[in-house]
Amino acid sequence: MIIKNKAIVADDWTVLRLQENEAAESVHVAAGKIIVPLKVWQAQRDVLQQREEIGVWLASDERPEALKEDIKKFTVIAVDFPKFSDGRGYSIAFNLRVRLGYTGELRAIGDVLRDQLFYMQRVGFDAFAPRPDRKIEDALKGLSDFSEVYQTSFDPKLPLFRRVQRKGSQAENSQ
Amino acid sequence: MYRYDEYDQQIVDERVKQYRDQVRRRLSGELTEQEFLPLRLQNGLYMQIHGYMLRIAVPYGLISSRQMRMFAHIARKYDRGYGHFTTRQNIQFNWLKLQDTPDILADLASVQMHAIQTSGNCVRNITSDEFMGVARDEVVDPRPYAEILRQWSTFHPEFAYLPRKFKIAISGGQEDRAAIYAHDIGLAVTKNAQGEVGFRVLVGGGLGRTPIIGSEVCEFVPWQHILTYVESILRIYNQYGRRDNKYKARIKILVKALGIDEFKRQVEADWADLKDGPGTLTSEEVNRVASFFTDPAYETLPDHDSKLNEFKADSRSFSHWLQHNVKPHRVPGYAIVVLSLKKPGNAPGDATAEQMDFVADLADRYSFGELRITHKQNLVLADVRQKDLVSLWQEASAQELTTPNIGMLTDIISCPGAEFCTLANARSIPLAKLIAERFEDLDYQYDIGEITLNISGCVNACGQHHIGNIGITGVEKKDHDEWYQVSIGGSEGNDSSISKIIGPSFTFHQVPEVIERLVQVYLRERTEDERFIDTVRRIGHAPFKDHVYATDFSVQEEEVADKHSVAPAQYDVPYFSPRF
Ligand code: HEM
Ligand code: SF4
Repeated sequence: MIIKNKAIVADDWTVLRLQENEAAESVHVAAGKIIVPLKVWQAQRDVLQQREEIGVWLASDERPEALKEDIKKFTVIAVDFPKFSDGRGYSIAFNLRVRLGYTGELRAIGDVLRDQLFYMQRVGFDAFAPRPDRKIEDALKGLSDFSEVYQTSFDPKLPLFRRVQRKGSQAENSQ
Repeated sequence: MYRYDEYDQQIVDERVKQYRDQVRRRLSGELTEQEFLPLRLQNGLYMQIHGYMLRIAVPYGLISSRQMRMFAHIARKYDRGYGHFTTRQNIQFNWLKLQDTPDILADLASVQMHAIQTSGNCVRNITSDEFMGVARDEVVDPRPYAEILRQWSTFHPEFAYLPRKFKIAISGGQEDRAAIYAHDIGLAVTKNAQGEVGFRVLVGGGLGRTPIIGSEVCEFVPWQHILTYVESILRIYNQYGRRDNKYKARIKILVKALGIDEFKRQVEADWADLKDGPGTLTSEEVNRVASFFTDPAYETLPDHDSKLNEFKADSRSFSHWLQHNVKPHRVPGYAIVVLSLKKPGNAPGDATAEQMDFVADLADRYSFGELRITHKQNLVLADVRQKDLVSLWQEASAQELTTPNIGMLTDIISCPGAEFCTLANARSIPLAKLIAERFEDLDYQYDIGEITLNISGCVNACGQHHIGNIGITGVEKKDHDEWYQVSIGGSEGNDSSISKIIGPSFTFHQVPEVIERLVQVYLRERTEDERFIDTVRRIGHAPFKDHVYATDFSVQEEEVADKHSVAPAQYDVPYFSPRF
């Protein structure tokens, strides 16, 4: 199960992670819906791009620009959070959405916990695979922690000061 | 000052709710301490020696009397009757219980305050010049921009898990009073030749293990673009700042590694895509926020009050206070008053609940209901009529807030040190007290003149020892005893510099004598009107070093046993600290 578009849904994608003894060039990518590491995509691009549906995932130290030419080929792009405190994935997501114009599913994988989900959705993630040892229903609640935000990111497109009319000090809130 | 509208209030209220639920999950075991840690840290909650320490944000150091009374309330109800004002213009309470903290945050929210992002690897409270809006040398009032930056950085989704903490300071005077050279980003709001407002942007300053003075990344960013420009700096840092080593994770290390030119190139390449986008500031927004910082109802007054001179002639103490703790105001007939939290014998920056209530009353009666907290751990009443100075002084003296030592040797900046902080190698506050007592004599202090003394209990430099004229750092030796390194030649402001260590370290009781010897060299060598720092710069370290190490120290060392003498709090909740 994953969270997608703010709902808990079944998921039939598999994330391929390279084992120590596997190489990107030679690892076997099973048939079906697979999200492959960027390195595997790059090494086996000729074959993999024949597939109807393919996903790719980025590690936190990889660059989203590496997908620039191919961005339209993916049904899903995932970003891995090796540790929840590693915040690079937020900028990767922002760059994928805002700079590279990616419009497909953007999924957070790895050490994904409830209290990050609100921020994640704002930088462009629309799918989340919370850590399996946690209740996914709880994680879902994290998406609605706040009903208002100040600054623009991927979401919302405008900062608060461009979205609403805010009052200055002459208004009734000054006493 | 700024007042919340319904949006600000809603965000802060929802934060309290979110945090309350996080504490509930922690107490029920749903969250492990490892998982709770970054959550509580984004909320200023540290586990320290006695219990949980909560750091509350005082945005750019500006606070209303009502908010100050809430601090007094928190000190009484949840703590032990006092709080500690910090070098980043915040306040810390040291003796809290985890299960009380959601209520404390709710109390704070009721007076438009919070503890959001006062710790953790995120953008911290924005600090500023304590004389903002009233300084004579002000070019542009930084307050509206400080508030705009506060809102922009609050819960910024992309920058909550940076490689390390991120501190922004902003100043608007000709003289920098916000230590902008010692911050991750330092902003000087200024005007260009055409009179347009913009920012000189410094980046990569910081203290800690590797002290570095910030470098200029852009000479002039027009005000409209400041948020997007800062965003690009943060994005480059978030992606490329080191995450493998905590001590190399600050932006200063990245800037050094890339070189300022390459760093600038990367920032501006990122910025090219944001410039003129939706994050660009509008004049409506700046005007809206600025409307909260218009002048209070100043009276038209003569610039010098004759009664003041009479009283000055009568009272030496008052005259000293006037000379050292009262600063010129840009409006005739008004003055800026610095209330000293540095009475020798007291912990620098500590204030009791009674003092907090008291200064709140003073603010109501004498200064339009507002106060400022300074990065030197004092308090400021920014708008006092000169004709009120005598009565203000009399009242404040009764509460021990008028020690006339601002800018003098006993105006010591000190971190909490070993009695409160798990990272400490040595005590800071007792050393500050010892030094202050040794140099209590005012005539001697005035003879020495302008000097800054900063103490940190360890290399993290919370007491900003690198930018003190004299800096003292607790260092660890094998036996876990306290040792102190002494350095000289640091300064903040427009001529910021990093101090250098004079030599092998000293014991607790040797330090006051070391300072005495440093002062002796200065008094011997100074030319007329030369400040301590000027003399150090002119003659170099050698004469100081030679004199300090020339003879042995004949001081009594006490038993080390009382090093952590303060009684620990009682725990009835799960807790975690590297020390336990
Ligand atoms: C208790 C009162 C404290 C105060 C007033 C305080 C304040 C400060 C200040 C002003 C700095 C300056 C940093 C700079 O300019 O670069 C600093 C640095 C630092 N503080 Fe604190 N802090 C306090 C407690 C703590 C605690 C409890 C911790 C950790 C648990 C801590 C960890 C650090 C570290 C690691 C640095 C150095 C960061 C770096 O430059 O890499 N501080 N703190
Ligand atoms: S300088 Fe060291 S001892 Fe002092 S508060 Fe900071 S971390 Fe603690």
